[in-house]
Amino acid sequence: MTELLQNLIDGLGRGSIYALLALGVAVVFGVMHLLNFAHGEMITVAGYVAFWTIGTNDWSWWLVVPLIVLSAIATSLVIERIAFSRVRGASDFTLLLTSFGVHFVVSAIFLLYVSASVKTFPRPTWVANTYSVRSLNIEVFDTVVIGVTLVTLIATTLLLQRTMFGLSLRAAAADFDTARLMGVKSDSVIRGAFALSGLLAGIAGVFWLMRAGSTTPTAGIDPMLKGVLAALIGGLGSLRGAVIGGFALGLAEVLLRSRLPDSVASLTEGVVFLLIALLFIFRPQGLITVAHAERV
Amino acid sequence: MLEASGLTTKYGAIAALRNASVHVGAGEVIGLIGPNGAGKTTLLNTIAGLLAPVSGSVLLDGADVTGHPPERLLRSGLALVPEHRRIFTDLTVEENLKIGGVTVSSTDRAVLLDEMKEQFPVLAEKWTTAAGYLSGGEAQQLAIARALMSKPRLLMMDEPSLGLAPVLVDVVFGLIESLREQGRTLLVVEQNAERMLAVADRAYVLRSGAVVAEGTGAELRVRDDLFDTFVGGDS
Repeated sequence: MTELLQNLIDGLGRGSIYALLALGVAVVFGVMHLLNFAHGEMITVAGYVAFWTIGTNDWSWWLVVPLIVLSAIATSLVIERIAFSRVRGASDFTLLLTSFGVHFVVSAIFLLYVSASVKTFPRPTWVANTYSVRSLNIEVFDTVVIGVTLVTLIATTLLLQRTMFGLSLRAAAADFDTARLMGVKSDSVIRGAFALSGLLAGIAGVFWLMRAGSTTPTAGIDPMLKGVLAALIGGLGSLRGAVIGGFALGLAEVLLRSRLPDSVASLTEGVVFLLIALLFIFRPQGLITVAHAERV
Repeated sequence: MLEASGLTTKYGAIAALRNASVHVGAGEVIGLIGPNGAGKTTLLNTIAGLLAPVSGSVLLDGADVTGHPPERLLRSGLALVPEHRRIFTDLTVEENLKIGGVTVSSTDRAVLLDEMKEQFPVLAEKWTTAAGYLSGGEAQQLAIARALMSKPRLLMMDEPSLGLAPVLVDVVFGLIESLREQGRTLLVVEQNAERMLAVADRAYVLRSGAVVAEGTGAELRVRDDLFDTFVGGDS
């Protein structure tokens, strides 16, 4: 029982980061019908911001956290402006190819103009700290991640439910053409979606980088995969589903790693993919069914 | 108020609208009638900015608004109730109306929401219900109320009675009548020509993408060459 509780806390910590990433993927998918395989590039850029500030200039993490978040928002908006705004209304395949292209271009820029080698920066000292509650050994890091994620999700829910921007975003995700007919500005709502997606990726990126302590030109692939997979598990286009998918993916990873025999523990990710494949065989629409997913 | 002249709109190589012109004066209720495939919806969508004409112009109070995107046209005072209503089924009645008022100030939006509650009691009863649970007639009222939230100078409706039971058709035409009494300017596409002519000041008859006649109900009803328009036949 103690071990299961321990796994649940670890899984929620990991799943929190995935939920933030997946929510960002789902927000953009909602308004553009774009499955953004460049979603991890916000974290690639943020990783080099951490390297240049903390790794080479000894800045404090507290100063760099807002810079990381801002860099992720800026990267998301720049990618939208340079790449995705030019293919609005194109086929799903074109959008998909464009997002792959953006991923490769960003990776190539860092590869050519920075370095292919791993760039490291010190992790915050408290990341490895733990505290005990009865027989449970809880990481301070997991507690902070879960807490920040909950606050972020509540704030995002309030933004989507209580503001005209949120209402416009939800209407545009349901039926973009009709939302435009009502006067919703397509440019504003799409840029807003990318800014929100960048903000969520930035917050996830802070925790991702705090734990990793390093970056490479392809550092965005792993978070991108987790975010896209979690969004798919939850039901693409569903914001609630994306959050559920993120937590489900995190819990599945931790529980499997803990339960699988040591000899096959390294295959945890493969088993997770197998489970996801099985889920899609029996429920191709993901956990939450989305009635509307119109494209810009 | 609205002067659409010589509009031609194509789907690929096919001209769905050919050199069509309509004039709508302030406070008028104008019908666009004609058989299926006559180009009525194409004409409305071209005026509303959903389709780009290959030639012709749309003037709103003398200002050229040809080809302006729908969100810009709405800000100029031109609102459309689209075919099949297209309400946001996952949003509540109140949220649908708020989206309709996205272009007005928050103060005006609050006043308009109260007005809609008063004008559409059936919507007031289902204020926090998801719009997907409304009946066809209620959904049509929501679509019209949502368009009114933008304080339009010209309200365009595309087939407002389409797919409704006869008793609900009466409700919709009752609404058009009441909007007319409020002095609103309306341009309505309607298959039900007889009902439309009964509430319209004038109507344009379209056939095969072209305007073939224009006049009051009394003038159009006596035209033998327009018989198929009134019995709903295809041209």
